[in-house]
Amino acid sequence: MKFKFLEHTADIKFRAYGSNINEVFENAAMAFFEAITDTKKVKLKVKKEFSLEAQDKKSLLYDFLEELLVLHEANNYLFSKFKVEISNHSLKAEVWGEKIKDSHELRNLVKAVTYHDMIVKEGMAQVVLDI
Amino acid sequence: MKLEKVTDYKWMIPKSGGMKVPAYLFASEKLLELIKQDKTLDQIKNVAHLPGIYKHALCMPDGHQGYGFPIGGVAALDYHEGGISPGGIGYDINCGVRLMRTSFTYEDVKGKMKELISELFNNVPSGVGVDGVIGKLSKAELKKVLNNGSKWALKNGYATEDDLNNTEDNGRLDADAELVSQKAISRGRSQLGSLGAGNHFLEVQRVGEVLDEPTAKAFGLKKDHITVMIHCGSRGLGHQVCSDYVRLMEQSNPGLVKSLPDRELVYAPAGSKVADNYLKAMSAAANFAWCNRQVIAHYVRKSFKKVLGSDNIKQVYDLCHNICKVEEHDGKKLYLHRKGATRCMPKGHRLVPDNYKSVGQPVLIPGTMGTVSYVLVGLESSLKESFGSTAHGAGRVMSRTKAKKQWRAEKVKEKLSGKGIVIKSKSYKGISEEAPGAYKDVDEVVRVSQKAGIAKPVAKLKPLGVIKG
Repeated sequence: MKFKFLEHTADIKFRAYGSNINEVFENAAMAFFEAITDTKKVKLKVKKEFSLEAQDKKSLLYDFLEELLVLHEANNYLFSKFKVEISNHSLKAEVWGEKIKDSHELRNLVKAVTYHDMIVKEGMAQVVLDI
Repeated sequence: MKLEKVTDYKWMIPKSGGMKVPAYLFASEKLLELIKQDKTLDQIKNVAHLPGIYKHALCMPDGHQGYGFPIGGVAALDYHEGGISPGGIGYDINCGVRLMRTSFTYEDVKGKMKELISELFNNVPSGVGVDGVIGKLSKAELKKVLNNGSKWALKNGYATEDDLNNTEDNGRLDADAELVSQKAISRGRSQLGSLGAGNHFLEVQRVGEVLDEPTAKAFGLKKDHITVMIHCGSRGLGHQVCSDYVRLMEQSNPGLVKSLPDRELVYAPAGSKVADNYLKAMSAAANFAWCNRQVIAHYVRKSFKKVLGSDNIKQVYDLCHNICKVEEHDGKKLYLHRKGATRCMPKGHRLVPDNYKSVGQPVLIPGTMGTVSYVLVGLESSLKESFGSTAHGAGRVMSRTKAKKQWRAEKVKEKLSGKGIVIKSKSYKGISEEAPGAYKDVDEVVRVSQKAGIAKPVAKLKPLGVIKG
């Protein structure tokens, strides 16, 4: 299993899995966009790259998902393929997707990534999104 | 957790461990049972750990689990020895409610509700990924919005002087747009004049019941007259301002995170540059939100004019329920955090607009889709009890996922239309997630506010038509 969604009173909570930290982050990004749309319907037309540096693994995950949120909301992108390389507390990401079209279902408006109940450990990350 | 009953409507978590003050919860036994189901009580206890917290940490009767602070959390941190915490305000800075009253009665609109709701739906953008009615603003123009709030709307023909007079802080806080990041600007640039999604809505209502005749009269509310309620906030711009400063505060004070019971409680110490900057950036986002609701109000007027031939619509009040204000209580200057809580000042208070000075500030508590909303008025004892604060809504009790499983949108819609309520939404999902059963009972929330001596109900507003974000 790459990720699963859990119950949360007001918002969205998911767990992403992977055999290493890179994969956990990639699957967290996938879960993030699955909360927004049906990622199976997002074609790989555009590639974006970015690098980040943070203080620890949690803030790195926070910043990584936030970067994707900004690309999504400010530039109307949806992504469905992710490649992440983490070394220590910095990250390089390549992401593939396309601009939002009328045919894309938009499920949720994500306001923000949060630290609430956030877990980043060997093989798993848990995130709550404010919606 | 130790919870002591103070009165039938007030509970105390006594000071223990790292708590600097006790925490209080306003609730009936019925609401308390619901509140106990999530982490609300732990979170309000955590708030009591914050530095310079004055008197008590508070949770309003509609409280539920949030980030850092619970939703419904109120805390006053000393302006000199405390600090300011984005987690005490929320991601949707100046999420708030506006109530407008029209000269129309139920008789005037009842045959035209479908047409009116369609017109409003076409004029007021709503839903996920939808741009605002204003279109993309230049960066320079957006900065004017951020610095001037509703004044920008007045200058550009979207507001009347009277609207501004009946808006909390006249729709403008002292802000600095230069302290808002490029990311935040890029998220908000094309969103001015849009509802957004989630629990945001625009509702056409009738005054169903007047509970306090003289106060209702002062607010211009008459039985069977039509009102319009708008609930939305600062959109992506405000969300990003909160995120940016949570991260900045962590970075500027690396040791702090480890000392806090919850990372989302991160704060900037009073007197620090980050504290001053956050207050001004948060104020810029608040100004954006006021301007957003003001632009929507303008399009409400246009829609009424087209369908009913008149735009004689006056503003009752516009208030924020996610905000931090520098306020004075008991002679102390404080960072008053209200997250999912409404300011409710009593009569005579200097923060009450002149035309309501003799009765008190209007408090707007929206119910859930299809149930009633309330107008209340602040009571004298609210200053002592809750720094002049009360509830902000019904408060969720059920997750969106569960709600979606339990109620099919078509059924919800059918049930509402059986009650004569017209509903329009871009998304069916939005309708089932916001089904009335997913929330606490708003009547009970209002009853507790009254019994606790914080605010008393003035009028009930019944929904006739709803646009769901």
